[in-house]
Amino acid sequence: MPAPNSSTWNRRSLLRAALGVTAGGALAACGSNNGRAGGGSGKGLVQYFHAYGEPGTEQAIRRYAKAYQGANVTTQWITGADFESKLFATLLTDNAPDLFEFHPQIQLVKSGQVADLTDIVAPVKDDFNAADIASHTVDGKIYGVRMLDDPQFFFYRKSMLEKAGVGVPQTLDELIEAAAKLTTGKVKGLFLGNDLHAVINPLIWSAGADTLDDNNRIAYHTDGVVEGLKKMRTLFTSGSLLLGAPADYWDPSAISQGLTAIQFCGMWAMPQLQQALGDDLGVFPFPKVTDAGKPSVYNGGWSMFVNAKGKNVDAAKEYVKWLWIDQKRYQEDWALSYGFHIPPRTSIAASAGKLKSGLAAEGVKLFNDFGHFDRIGWTQAMIKATEDVFADCVRKGGDPEAALDRCDKAVNTELKKLFG
Amino acid sequence: MSTTTTKDVARPAGPGASPVRPRRGPRALLGSRTFNFWLFTGPFLIGLLVFVYIPIGWSVWLSFFEARFTVTPEKFTGFDNYRQILRNGNFTGALVTFTVFAAFIVPTTWAVSLGLALLVNRLRFLRAFFRSVFFLPTACSYVAASLIWKMSLFNGVRFGLANTVLGWFGVENIAWLADPDPPWYWLVIVTARLWLQSGFYMILFLAALQNIPQELYEAAAIDGAKRGWQTFRYITLPQLRATSTAVILLLLVAAYQAFDEFFNLLSRTTWGRPPLVELYYTALGQNQDYGAGSAGAVLLTLLICVVTLFQGKILGFGRGEESK
Repeated sequence: MPAPNSSTWNRRSLLRAALGVTAGGALAACGSNNGRAGGGSGKGLVQYFHAYGEPGTEQAIRRYAKAYQGANVTTQWITGADFESKLFATLLTDNAPDLFEFHPQIQLVKSGQVADLTDIVAPVKDDFNAADIASHTVDGKIYGVRMLDDPQFFFYRKSMLEKAGVGVPQTLDELIEAAAKLTTGKVKGLFLGNDLHAVINPLIWSAGADTLDDNNRIAYHTDGVVEGLKKMRTLFTSGSLLLGAPADYWDPSAISQGLTAIQFCGMWAMPQLQQALGDDLGVFPFPKVTDAGKPSVYNGGWSMFVNAKGKNVDAAKEYVKWLWIDQKRYQEDWALSYGFHIPPRTSIAASAGKLKSGLAAEGVKLFNDFGHFDRIGWTQAMIKATEDVFADCVRKGGDPEAALDRCDKAVNTELKKLFG
Repeated sequence: MSTTTTKDVARPAGPGASPVRPRRGPRALLGSRTFNFWLFTGPFLIGLLVFVYIPIGWSVWLSFFEARFTVTPEKFTGFDNYRQILRNGNFTGALVTFTVFAAFIVPTTWAVSLGLALLVNRLRFLRAFFRSVFFLPTACSYVAASLIWKMSLFNGVRFGLANTVLGWFGVENIAWLADPDPPWYWLVIVTARLWLQSGFYMILFLAALQNIPQELYEAAAIDGAKRGWQTFRYITLPQLRATSTAVILLLLVAAYQAFDEFFNLLSRTTWGRPPLVELYYTALGQNQDYGAGSAGAVLLTLLICVVTLFQGKILGFGRGEESK
C-alpha cells in the first residue's frame, strides 16, 4: 500500500479502537467482571475456556482462579460450537486472552502466538505422559501444558446388542451390520455425531494409515482409507445411522435417551452415562477398517497455552505453572470430579481410584492399547480439509479419490507454508 | 414506501424548507448552508468512512498480502490470493448457491407477502391484529429462528415436529439437515427465511394497496371488469409496480447478505454456502486467512457493483420520473 506511515498507523489504531469498543460492549453485555482486568491492584489475567458439557466444570475453573493469589484471573466461558473461530478471532485484537485452552497445533508456534513454556514444564517433564510432552514439543521446546487426556470411543447398550443377537463389532463391516440389526422403529443402530467428523481420524488410523508421517508428509491417502470412506458411505445411506439429533456426539443424550444403541462419544461422558444407564453399558474402540488395520482410539484432550503476544506473558506463565504444574489437588479434581478424563500427570493417574475399576478401567485400557495422540503438525486447516472429504464423499456421495485429491492440495499448501 | 403521489408533493417543499439566507455576523455560521450541510451529514460521513470505506480499503490492501493470523501483514504476494480463491472452486460454487437461493426466496417471499397483504387488506374486522401477527416474526432474530428450526422443527429424530407430522402418514424419519441428498436443507432454509421476512414486506404491500385510488376500481366496475382476477391483473398489479420493484430489489439485497441461517443450520458442510459464509470460513473460520478472504470480498464487491448497475438499467430503479 503506497500510503504514508502515519496514515497506516491511523487506520490501524482506528480499527483497533473500533474492535475494542465492540468487544468491550459485548463483554459488558455479558455482565462479566472484565472491568477489573488491567487496572487496580495486582495484575488482571483473562483466560478462555470452551464450554465443557459436564455440570460443575465452569464453577471449578472459576474456583481455581479465585484461589490464586498472584493475579486476578477472569474466565471467559465460550459457549457455542465454534470455539476455534472465536478464539482465533479474538487473539488478533487487544482483547486477546492472556491464556487459553486449545490443542497443540504448529501454526500457533510458527506465528509466534503461543509462548515457550519449556522452563515451567521441564522440571516435571518426567511426570507427564511422554506422548503428551511429545505432542507439544517443537524443536526441543514445549509450548503447552496438557490438562486432560480424553480418549474417544464407542459406548453401547449391552441389553440391546444381546436382544438383537449382535456381538461387539470387531471390524467396520461388522459395525455396519450391527447397526442395521439394531435399528428398529424407534431406535437407530448407531450415532456418530451429526456431521460424522469425530470419526475421521479413527477411520484413517483403523485403515492402517496416519494423518501425516514423521517427516510431515501426507499419509492418509491410501487404498485402505478409500475403502473405509466407501464403507462409511454405505453406512450413511443405510438408514441405520441416527442423523440430525438435537445434540452432537460429545453429548451423551442420544444414547441415554434411547435414540440409538451405539454412540461414538468420549470418556468424559462416562459418569453421566453410568448414572443414566447403570450397568447396561459397554465400550469398544473404532474397529479395524481393513485386514491390515488395527482398532483405534483418538486420545484427544485440552492443553493450556499462554498468548505470547499478550501484555502479561510472565504473569500468565506463572499462573499456568501454579495451577497446571504445582496444584495437583486441583488437577486431580479437574480430571476426575466432573466427567472422566485421564490425568496427563502419571503420578495423578496412578493414584486415580475412580479409573481403576469397572468400565473406567476398560476406557483406560483402550486409551493405552489403541490410543493415538495429537500430531502437532496436523493443523486446523488440514483438519478442515479432511472434514470436507467426509462431507463430499460420505455425506454427499462424491468420489473418494477425487475428494482426497482435493484434500491433498489443501494439505500440501498448508504443509508448504509451515515447513517449506 | 413512497409512491409517486407523495413524491410529487415532497418535491416543491425541498428548496422552500430553508428560507434562511446566508448573512454576515456571529450567527452567520448557523445560517450558512455549507455549515448546516456538514453538521447534518458529517456524523454520517465519519461513520461511513470509519466503518465502510476504511475497511474496504484495508481489505483491498490485505488481498495482496499473505495475511494469515494477522491483519498487519508484511509479505506481498501480488495476485496469488485471487488466483487461489478463483481456482479452488468453493467461491464460484458459493455464487451458484446464492443464485439457487435467490431463485427460491425472492419469488416466494414476493408472492407470500403480496398474498398476505391482499388478505389482510380485505379484512373488515381485526385488521390491526392480523397485521401485527404477521409482522411479529420480523422482530425475531435469525439465529434464534435457525436454532428453533434446527433443533425442534426440523431435527432428524422421531420427536422433531416435521418428522412427527410425517410419522402420522407412515413416512420414515428424514434427516433434514444432515443428508444433502435429497437436498431437504433448502426447505428448512427457505421456510425459516420466509417466516422471518414476509411479514415485513407484507406491510410494504399493504401500504401500497391502501394508496391505490378507489376510483380506479369504481371506473373498472362501470366498464364491466369482473371483481377478482381481472381487476387484480389490470389494476392492482400495475399500481403496485413501484413497490414490487423495490421489494424485489430489497429481497435480492437481503439474499446477498444471507449468512445467519446458513451458518447456523449447515455447519461443516461443503454445500449450501452462499458467498458470505464461504468468505467467513476462509477469513475468520479456522484458517484465519485474511488475504484470501479479502481477495474474495473484493471480487464479491465488484460483482455486486456490476449487478446493481445492471439491475438499475433493467428495472429503472432510482431513475427520475422525467426519464420514464
